Amino acid sequence: MNAVTAPITTLTERSLLQVRNLSMRFGGLLAVDNVHFDVHRHRIFAIIGPNGAGKTTVFNCIGGFYRPTSGQVLLDDQSIHGLPSHRIARLGLVRTFQNVRLFKNMTVVENLLISQHTQLETRFLHGLFKTPKYRRAEAEALERAAFWLEKVNLLPMANREAGNLAYGQQRRLEIARCMITQPKLLMLDEPAAGLNPQETRDLDRLINELRAEHGVAVLLIEHDMSLVMGVSDEILVMEYGRPIAAGAPEQIRNDPRVIKAYLGEE
Amino acid sequence: MPKHFSEAVWVALLAGLLTVPILGIQIQVEGINVSLIGSPLPVLLAMAAVFVARLLQAPLKAVSGLAHIIQRLPRPVHWSKAYRPILLGLVIVAAVIWPFTASRGSVDIATLALIYVMLGLGLNVVVGFAGLLDLGYVAFYAVGAYGYALLSMHLGLSFWECLPLCVIMAAITGCLLGFPVLRLRGDYLAIVTLGFGEIIRLLLNNLDDLTGGPDGIGNIPKPTLFGLEFARRPSTEGGTTFHQFFGLDYSGADTIIFLYLVALAMTLLILYVINRLIRMPVGRAWEALREDEIACRSLGLNPTTIKLSAFGFGASTAGFAGAFFAARQGFINPESFTFIESAIVLAIVVLGGMGSQIGVILAAVALTALPEVARQFAEYRMLIFGLVLVLMMIWRPQGLLPATRPRLELPARAEALR
Amino acid sequence: MLEFFQQIINGLTLGSIYALIAIGYTMVYGIIGMINFAHGEIYMISAYIGLLTITALTVQFGVEAVPLILLLTLTISILVTSAYGWAIERVAYRPLRGSPRLIPLISAIGMSIFLQNYVQIGQGARDLSMQPLISGGWRFGPAEGFQVYLSYMQVLIAVVTVVFMTALTLFIARSRLGRACRACSQDLTMTNLLGIDTNRVISLTFLLGAALAAVAGVLVSLYIGKINPFIGFEAGIKAFTAAVLGGIGSIPGAMLGGIILGLSESFASAYLRTEYKDVVAFSLLVLVLLFRPTGLLGKPEIEKV
Repeated sequence: MNAVTAPITTLTERSLLQVRNLSMRFGGLLAVDNVHFDVHRHRIFAIIGPNGAGKTTVFNCIGGFYRPTSGQVLLDDQSIHGLPSHRIARLGLVRTFQNVRLFKNMTVVENLLISQHTQLETRFLHGLFKTPKYRRAEAEALERAAFWLEKVNLLPMANREAGNLAYGQQRRLEIARCMITQPKLLMLDEPAAGLNPQETRDLDRLINELRAEHGVAVLLIEHDMSLVMGVSDEILVMEYGRPIAAGAPEQIRNDPRVIKAYLGEE
Repeated sequence: MPKHFSEAVWVALLAGLLTVPILGIQIQVEGINVSLIGSPLPVLLAMAAVFVARLLQAPLKAVSGLAHIIQRLPRPVHWSKAYRPILLGLVIVAAVIWPFTASRGSVDIATLALIYVMLGLGLNVVVGFAGLLDLGYVAFYAVGAYGYALLSMHLGLSFWECLPLCVIMAAITGCLLGFPVLRLRGDYLAIVTLGFGEIIRLLLNNLDDLTGGPDGIGNIPKPTLFGLEFARRPSTEGGTTFHQFFGLDYSGADTIIFLYLVALAMTLLILYVINRLIRMPVGRAWEALREDEIACRSLGLNPTTIKLSAFGFGASTAGFAGAFFAARQGFINPESFTFIESAIVLAIVVLGGMGSQIGVILAAVALTALPEVARQFAEYRMLIFGLVLVLMMIWRPQGLLPATRPRLELPARAEALR
Repeated sequence: MLEFFQQIINGLTLGSIYALIAIGYTMVYGIIGMINFAHGEIYMISAYIGLLTITALTVQFGVEAVPLILLLTLTISILVTSAYGWAIERVAYRPLRGSPRLIPLISAIGMSIFLQNYVQIGQGARDLSMQPLISGGWRFGPAEGFQVYLSYMQVLIAVVTVVFMTALTLFIARSRLGRACRACSQDLTMTNLLGIDTNRVISLTFLLGAALAAVAGVLVSLYIGKINPFIGFEAGIKAFTAAVLGGIGSIPGAMLGGIILGLSESFASAYLRTEYKDVVAFSLLVLVLLFRPTGLLGKPEIEKV
């Protein structure tokens, strides 16, 4: 089914997500220009770059929130290009948002039930008469929610309104809400923004744990260099919509183009 | 204070300027003579009303703030939760016994109020829970009413046979209309549904062969009690009527009480279904979608099907109520299905508090019963409706009795897992 | 063929009226993103004011010069109706600025119901009619058979519409306030930050919209000669259709949409059954919103994720 010839890097192992020549144009602005990368299973891949480099737009194109002007996106060798965002999410690609999007008037545990919607017993008559099957499904959903709340250290907050949580807690809840859908690829849009150093270290540990214990691949956008350099296996640097460098963290750290993009000409 | 006062004077003067041509001058036609007559009183009244309203604006705001504080006081939760089933039972028993003690007229009005309660509860799901403004709600009401009238006329089906069919027809219409339009943004959706409502009304008016056009359809049979008719004489040869079967004297009040009880049963059924729905995954999804559609999509929830379920459910409730309306009236025509009817149901939902079921029930009863009680103000009924909508949006967009949403809690046992 | 021309003339006349009303919808939507549902009622009120003024001038004061009557009626109707537009915004919409989209829409629906019943209480629910002020016209075509009729009134409507539309276009393009209007429609918050009193601009928008609706109202009361408190609802929806058709937020779009709608209605009533002209208008509204919600001249809105 693979229409695109796999580049050399993927010869050993089929990559999970393949982004090919992705471009997105808004009117006269080319926000994303020919972006090309692969995310492998169990790997953590970061996109970095100055503000306005088009990182979030890449996310929106991959997740189906924008329809890319040109290019291909494949998940598990299957084209997800042009699919509506909810279909893409069901295929196992879920994301968080730069400015946390929780259901603020609902409780923490309800937030986690919403994201299990697609897996839950939703047949009308079962729910209408509260059949044992329905009750069991609900109990199981709550169990799963409790498991993930424990994982992100929010169990005592379970019945609070999500909007009343502290910012760092909201970020963790958003990640838990994604993970409960059992995704293949988790996309995090600036997960460390607004976190204090301790919380950032916890996030680093959490991301590694998610990969190790739940086999998820992670694609993240981040500004916090300590987090990115510590956690990522591979980094893509973007500037003005174009990829300018890619490679392992130590390569990126010493790449003159990257240094120029971040620090300007000397 | 003087600042308020002078402002109020200015506002009153402006009101005078505005109302003079509309309230103050009338055209009088006598034969071919056209003349203008002035009527200063309404203008002065309007000016006085505006003046007082402006003066009272600040104190009123303080009062509504107070109401807010009262509402925030902690409620005796444990008490109300434990006694809720008992309280509900008592209310239902009272509602069943009441018609036997009340006058025919008031039972009849109560039946009408129950129709509006059903409509209000249905629209409440669409507007209050799912956040979709449906201005053509009356179209589905019409589908139910005409559905029953036509099915009973052409196929000779009884009310009880038609009721589920009407619900299904309205739901199908709702889904057919909803599927293409639910992608639209909120206010566009409102206008498109309004357009659909008008198209349906125009079709009812013009498809004379099917719907009888502006004359409507008459002689629609009333519901029966297990085949027993409520009439002086059976309408078919060999049929039995209610009073013959039980060996009672015929009384017109029986019919009215029976209709009331049917409406009550239908209302309770709707209430039960809605209360289950909002605690089910689909109900939570409605709410989540209203809060943040993009977040829903990112988690794999299909916004169209979720909206469609709310829209279709609202439509089927309207169809349900419509079938009963046709049966109660015995006669229907397109006049009963104008935009104003949709607006009244919307006013009920808004006044009661979007998403609040008790609020909607009370508002429906108030808005149907008050005009009947205060008949001399009948002329002002719609005027007041309009004003209520505006004032509610300004002061209490959440309604008089704002919704308290049922929360699903993580039980302590699960919490103890850690 | 001649009948075809007749329908074009009728359609353009009707379309001019729709276009004048549609401007009010489109300008308000362009600036505060709200459907001013009560705008149709503004038009209805202006028709009443027009009718009353004409009656007062001719019957009460015995004015006979038609141009003078026209000028005075237009002036008075524009002034009073603009005051209505201003007051409605101030009372029913301004306190709701910044609340979720549906809140001002519901308020506007309430306002619309209120105004309809207010006029009904003041002026009665029945039709008011009046003698035509301007009658006569030109006939073209063969002496026997179908003749195309172009009335003086239709010409007047076209001329007045063109004059007011030109004035509006110039105002928006050239004047300081017009520039402020355009800035507001691009980004209201930013314009506010730059020190422009956006509330004044919004008030102005309502005022201008109401003024053009007033022109439409006066022209209709002259053209059709019959009004009732319910004409605003239908005309309002149709003008809104015109605005959406042309691309809501776009002033040339509203003009174009008005003309297209007028033409399609006039052809529908000529070649289908008259009763179906409303169905045609509503269907057009539904179809445009479904398949091209940005209209003919509108810009697409990019959803912000």
